[in-house]
Amino acid sequence: MQQKEFIDLVMPFRDKLYRMAKRLLVSREEAEDAVQEIIMKLWSKSDSISKYRSVEAFAMTMTKNFCLDRLKSKQAGNLKLVHSNYKDENSAIQRSIETRDSVSWVEKIMDELPEQQKMVLQLRDIEDYDYDEIAEMLGMKPTAIRVTLSRARKTVREKLIEKHNYGIA
Amino acid sequence: MASHKYIENVLEKYFEATTTVAEESELRAYFAQEDVAAHLEQYRSMFTYFSIAKEESYPTKEPLKPSRKLNFRWLSIAAATILFFGIYFGNQYWEQRQAEIAYQETKEALNLLAENFNKGTQKMGYLNELEIAKQKLYNEN
Repeated sequence: MQQKEFIDLVMPFRDKLYRMAKRLLVSREEAEDAVQEIIMKLWSKSDSISKYRSVEAFAMTMTKNFCLDRLKSKQAGNLKLVHSNYKDENSAIQRSIETRDSVSWVEKIMDELPEQQKMVLQLRDIEDYDYDEIAEMLGMKPTAIRVTLSRARKTVREKLIEKHNYGIA
Repeated sequence: MASHKYIENVLEKYFEATTTVAEESELRAYFAQEDVAAHLEQYRSMFTYFSIAKEESYPTKEPLKPSRKLNFRWLSIAAATILFFGIYFGNQYWEQRQAEIAYQETKEALNLLAENFNKGTQKMGYLNELEIAKQKLYNEN
């Protein structure tokens, strides 16, 4: 496989890998390193890459495994927490400071979820994959994914309402 | 525009994880607009966050790299120039110092010589004395 072909193949989902890595590792730098590592690994397998039914799903699985290993070796202790500053361009969506605050709450709530729920929520609600794709990426059954997803969504809702009420009281 | 009742229904399915991808994007679209029912307002930040999170992309550093390289090149040129001038002027200064030291040493040596010469001339006075005494002796005889 030529370099050009490889880039055309990988570039469309690089951002997705990065967002997944950042969701799990939190730190921006760590996520960048992870994506670079995954792309290097893919390149080293570029001869056999066409054997995989979906390179994107394969890469996502690699990212998941890499990040979980990373978290394990780091003991989840000394990872930096990097706060994302949202750009203000999207003023139609973020019309007030109040909304922006509660939007960043959602990110914090997601950070507190168990890894499994975090990943499912990320892949479904942010990346819009269907259940079969997510099942392939995470090596889970579609029914288990529905259960995990429902749990994750309900937890986000509860915590959000909790924080909202706390803010008012 | 989807009615609030319909959205409520979809939301219920959403939390049971039985919605389709299409229905979920309908939800995001609903919460992205102004007109949201008051009792549904609490869900807005959730879907707004999902919409924003989709936009985040891998940070590209490509434009930074060439400028950094250029900086290094200019830095090396500047360093080389300073080094060159430093050696040139340093050398000049050193030569000047060397010449001054040589001048001082020569001056000192000449002074020493002159002093010794003076001592010599003083001693010549005694010779004169002797000559006078000798003349006197000759005249008396």
